[in-house]
Amino acid sequence: MSFSASSLSEDEFFYGHKACAGCGGSLAVRIALKVLGEKTVAVLPAGCMSAVGFNFPQLCFANNAIISTFAGTASMMTGIEAGLRARGIADYKVVGFAGDGGTADIGIQALSGAIDRGDDIIYICYDNEAYMNTGTQKSSLTPFGARTTTTPVKGNRRDKKDMFEIVAAHGIPYAATASVGYLNDYMRKVAKAAEVKGTKYIHVIAPCPTGWGAGSDETIELAKEAVDCGLWPLAEYENGEFSLSMRMKDPSLLDSHIRRQGRFKHLTSEGLEHIRELRDRRWDRIDKKWNVDQGRRTR
Amino acid sequence: MRPRLVEPPRFASPDDYPEGTSFEAGHLVTVNSGWRRVRPKIDGGKCTGCLQCYLYCPDGTMIKSGKSVTVDYDFCKGCGICARMCRAGAISMAEERA
Amino acid sequence: MTREFISGNDALAHGVRLASPKVISAYPITPQTTVVERLSEMAEDGSLDAEFIHVESEHSALSCAIGASAAGVRTFTATSSQGLLYMAECLPYAAGGRFPIVMMNANRSIALPWNIYGDQRDSLMLLDSGWIQAYVQDAQEGLDLALMSYRIAEHPEVSTPFMINMDGFHLTHTYEVVDVPDKESADRLIPPFRPVGCIDPGSPQNIGFSAGPEHNVFFKYKAHCGMLRARDVIKETEQAFSRIFGREYSGLTEGYRCEDADHVLITLGSISGLCRGAADAARAEGIRAGVLRIRYMRPFPAEETVAAVSGAKSIAVLEKDISFGGTGTVFANVGSALFSAGLNMRASNYIGGLGGRDISIGDVRKIFSDMAAGKTGVRFIGIEEGPE
Repeated sequence: MSFSASSLSEDEFFYGHKACAGCGGSLAVRIALKVLGEKTVAVLPAGCMSAVGFNFPQLCFANNAIISTFAGTASMMTGIEAGLRARGIADYKVVGFAGDGGTADIGIQALSGAIDRGDDIIYICYDNEAYMNTGTQKSSLTPFGARTTTTPVKGNRRDKKDMFEIVAAHGIPYAATASVGYLNDYMRKVAKAAEVKGTKYIHVIAPCPTGWGAGSDETIELAKEAVDCGLWPLAEYENGEFSLSMRMKDPSLLDSHIRRQGRFKHLTSEGLEHIRELRDRRWDRIDKKWNVDQGRRTR
Repeated sequence: MRPRLVEPPRFASPDDYPEGTSFEAGHLVTVNSGWRRVRPKIDGGKCTGCLQCYLYCPDGTMIKSGKSVTVDYDFCKGCGICARMCRAGAISMAEERA
Repeated sequence: MTREFISGNDALAHGVRLASPKVISAYPITPQTTVVERLSEMAEDGSLDAEFIHVESEHSALSCAIGASAAGVRTFTATSSQGLLYMAECLPYAAGGRFPIVMMNANRSIALPWNIYGDQRDSLMLLDSGWIQAYVQDAQEGLDLALMSYRIAEHPEVSTPFMINMDGFHLTHTYEVVDVPDKESADRLIPPFRPVGCIDPGSPQNIGFSAGPEHNVFFKYKAHCGMLRARDVIKETEQAFSRIFGREYSGLTEGYRCEDADHVLITLGSISGLCRGAADAARAEGIRAGVLRIRYMRPFPAEETVAAVSGAKSIAVLEKDISFGGTGTVFANVGSALFSAGLNMRASNYIGGLGGRDISIGDVRKIFSDMAAGKTGVRFIGIEEGPE
C-alpha cells in the first residue's frame, strides 16, 4: 500500500505532547502510528518521546502505549507480542520507538536478542544523534565532529556506529533506513514492515533542532539534506540483499549542510574533510556490497 | 480519533488515582499554545491543498479540512515547519500577540 | 495427585506448571537453571501451554515478563544472585506498575568473591523493591507457594509481584518426596487471571507513565497499601489451599515452641528445621528456647513477630546476610518492629551461611547458650572474634 499526504489517515495517535517545537523524533512517531493505525501497541523506553508523551495525567498516545525499561525496549515488545498472541489478539502490531542511545547503546543487547528470536515486532530507531532528553550527550550514533555536552571542546572523535548493517548482519527479515525529510519513503517502509513476518527494524534520521543548533523550522530541510549529500543513505535490507532507495543527489551539499548546524560550528576544514572521507568510504563499501541498480548514486 | 483535551480530573485523595500506572489513553489536560512566539497564518487563496504542511507537522496540528487545512492553535507550537514546507507560499508566520 | 521424589527446583516447576502461566521468560543461572530447564521441557512437550522465551539477559527476562503482564497474561520468570541484581532495575518497575509477575529466586551468594552457593544477600538486598518476598523451607512448600503465589499476587486488592525465595542447593538441588497436585485441584485454587489496566483493544491505555512530584506519592502510597493488604489475602489463600489440599500453612511466620520461650531465635529459609532441632536440644539443657521462622519478609510480619516474642527475655536473628557496616537486614527489620511495639529485650544478630558455608546444629545450640548468657551484638558464625 502506498501512502501520501492525501491518503494518510486523519487519526492522530501522538498528540498534545511536550516535545520541543520542530522535533524530528515526534514526527517519526506521529507518522509511523498514522500508517500502522489504532491496532498498534507503542513501546517507548526512557528518552525524549516517553518523557514528552506520558506525564500523568497528560497522556498523549491515543492508542495502547507503554514506557519500557531503558535497556528493555525490544524485550518488552517481545513480551507484549507473546502476551497478546496468548490472549488470541492476532490483529495487533507491536511497534517500538527508541532513540539512538536507547537503540545503539543501552538497548542493543535486547534488540539483538529479539532479532535472534525472530520476534514479530517493528523496532523503529529515531536517531537524533545524541542523548537529547538529558541535554545532548554523545551516543554511539553521534557523528564525527559533532559537539555535545560530553564532547564539548573538539567534538566527537568517532564515526557513527552503523546500526543498519549491524542489524542486517543478524539476517533480519526486513530493515531500512529512512529520514523525516522524506516521509513518503518512510511511510512506504513502515507499511512494508507491517506486512513482513518476524523482526523489522527501521532507522529514521530525525533532527533535533535543540541539540543540533538549528531553527525549529529547519528540521525537515536538515533531514532531507543529510540524505541528499550522502551522509544518510536511504536503503532497505530484505531477503539478504541491500538495496538503495534513493541516489545521493548532490555530494557538494555536504559543506553547507554541516556549516549551518551549531553543533559543527567549531569544526576545522580538516574536520570537515574527514567527514567527507568517511562519507565517501561508506559509499565505496555500498557500491561494492549493495545492489545499487535501483538507485545509482550520482557523483 | 485523536487525544482529547478534557477538564482535569480532581486528584486529591488516593481513591482518585488509578491502582497502577495505567490510565485512559489520549487524555490531555493542558494545551501547548503558550509555547508559541509566532503562529502560522494560512492564505486560503494561495493554498493548493498539497497537504505538505499537514504531513510534516511534528505535532499533527494542521487538520485536513476539505482541500485545505485549519490549525489547532491549542496545540500548535509555532515551529514554522508548515511555512517552510508550503510549496505555494500560502503560510506565513505572524508574531504572537502577548 | 502423585507423590514424587524430586528436587526443590523440580517441585517449584511443577507448581508453576499447575498455575498455567502463558509466558515464561528466563535466562539460566546456577542454581536456578533446572527450574527453567523443566519449564522449557514442559512448554515443548505440551504439558504446559506456555511460550518459553529465550531472553538474552535477566534484565530482558523481567522486561519481557512486564510486557506480557501488561498485555494481560500470567507470567513467570526465575533467577538468582548476580542475575537478580542485573535485573534489579526492573523489580521496582514491575512493583510500581502493579504487574503480578511471579518469580523464583534461587538464593545465592553475591560476588565478589564469586561463589555459586546459597546465601540470602541477593534477595534481601532487594527487599525494598516492592515485591512480596517469601522464603520457603522445603520442596513441598516451594511447590505449594508457586501455586498460592499467583492467587495472592493477582488478587485485585494486592496486584503486586511475588518473589519466591529458595535457598540455593540446600533446597533447589535437594531431593525430597513431594506431593504433586493434579491440575483440576490447582484450578480450584487459582482463578483465571483478570488483569486490571492492561493493554486493552476496547479501551486503550497509556501504561507505565511518569508522575511528577504532585502525583507521584499517591502511586507509591497505593503500592504500599496493596502490599499491606496482601497480609489478609495470604491468610485467606492458605485457608483455601488447606480446604483443597489438606496442607496447612501459618501465614507470614511459623512459630515453634515460642509460647513459653525465654529465648526466641528468628530465622528464615531452609535452616529453620535445624534451628528447631537445636531449640529442642537447648530445652533439654534447661534453656526455654523457641524458633520463629519468617515466611514472608514483605509484607513484613511485624505484628506476628511482636506477638511471638513479647514474653521472651531475649531474641536473636540468624540470617545468611549482612549489610556491611550495619547489621543483617532481617535483624534491622525485626528490631524496628520490636522497638515500634515498645519491646526492649536483649537482641543479637548471627550472620551465618555466607557463600554456602554450613551452619551446624552445634552452631545454633551455641546461639541459644549465648542468649541465655546475656550476650548481644552482631556475630559471624565461624569467626571467634566479634567484629570491631
